[in-house]
Amino acid sequence: MAKRRINIAVTGLNAIDSPGPGIPVIRALRESSLFDVRIIGLSYEALEPGIYMHDLVDKTYQIPLPAAGAEQLLNRLRYIHEAEQLELIIPNFDAELFNFIRLADVLREQMGIRTFLPEMAQFEARQKVNLEAYGKEHGLRIPKSRSLTRHAEIAALSHDFTYPLMVKGKFYDACIAYTPEQVQTSFNKLSSKWGLPVIVQEFIAGEEVNVTALGDGTGQMIGAVPMRKQYVTDKGKAWSGISIDDERLLDMARRLFHTSRWRGGLELEVIRTAEEDYYLIEINPRFPAWIYLAVGCGQNHPEALVRLALGEDVKPFERYDVGKLFVRYSYDMIVELDEFMKISTQGEL
Amino acid sequence: MKLKKNIALSDTGFVFDPSTGNSFTVNPIGLEIIGYLKEGRSAEEIKQEITERYETDGPGFEKDLADFVNMLQKLKLTDGHGKATD
Repeated sequence: MAKRRINIAVTGLNAIDSPGPGIPVIRALRESSLFDVRIIGLSYEALEPGIYMHDLVDKTYQIPLPAAGAEQLLNRLRYIHEAEQLELIIPNFDAELFNFIRLADVLREQMGIRTFLPEMAQFEARQKVNLEAYGKEHGLRIPKSRSLTRHAEIAALSHDFTYPLMVKGKFYDACIAYTPEQVQTSFNKLSSKWGLPVIVQEFIAGEEVNVTALGDGTGQMIGAVPMRKQYVTDKGKAWSGISIDDERLLDMARRLFHTSRWRGGLELEVIRTAEEDYYLIEINPRFPAWIYLAVGCGQNHPEALVRLALGEDVKPFERYDVGKLFVRYSYDMIVELDEFMKISTQGEL
Repeated sequence: MKLKKNIALSDTGFVFDPSTGNSFTVNPIGLEIIGYLKEGRSAEEIKQEITERYETDGPGFEKDLADFVNMLQKLKLTDGHGKATD
């Protein structure tokens, strides 16, 4: 059967030490048995490695940083669409999703560009600042947490929390703090990078297990693969991981999709304690950087997302391989100055 | 005491627990014992099998087996909470 040609724009080309999911999403799409994809990379910085991976990314355009707002992004996407006839955009950064969700209807109605994203209310409800309430609503166990917007709030934490604590940035990054002084240091670091609020969360001892999953927006879970990190970098990122058989994790994901009717990819970050209690510590509203493991285990979630975005009827995956590992590596590409110059000055390559 | 059903064992002594993702390596005698446990053999049957084939005394082996099973339980490789000599 001939593959359907499709132009897909993908963000998250930063295949760095804290990698974005763009490159593994693109690899998954390139391996699709149904689609012959032309990949348009959307980048924020000139040194995102994916810009120079020409075997994976056909053409890249710089787009404005999320802080510039939805209007600027829309203008840039209009320009890119004129040149590339985009049919679908897969955003992969938490910080940019707000703008893309806001623009989803406009993109569809004015340019015919599809997305497959959660609704704004779904997206906002699972934000770190709202996670505790979200857990209650969906019957999930969540560590106690609090949002901080001022230094003055730190001293009072000891009334309700026991140290150590997790201190988390609004979008990314987390540090463990053993004293109020360490909370203050983390507060400064995280607020200057990601803005306010900074979230403080009860520390749960145990091992971290994650699930990457895809929902069709009607309450149905299309696929899910749980993974345990095998090797973790100093930034807490999985540098290798293994797929596991954990029905309780899958149930947690299934229940979440059922009650929230989440549309699109997501990652659940969970702590499994020695007593086998499961605490949901974070919901990332997009595929994780290790999404290619799901493909390796027999569930091509990015391909399924494309089909869902096109309005196809997609049946849930029924199985995945347990005991498959991913092992990440770093690789030096040699890039001609011309290319760097072009993306830096013209905003496209 | 039984090993969890889904534990994967290789001929080379690699033990994989698919529910936790943990993996371990055991020496040939450990592999043999895990194999017996997986078959559901009792401690008495394992003792008989091992003492017949290897130069070891019964009481000494019983203690080693109890330690080994205790370790398997700590690593959550066993079903339920049976004692080492169940």
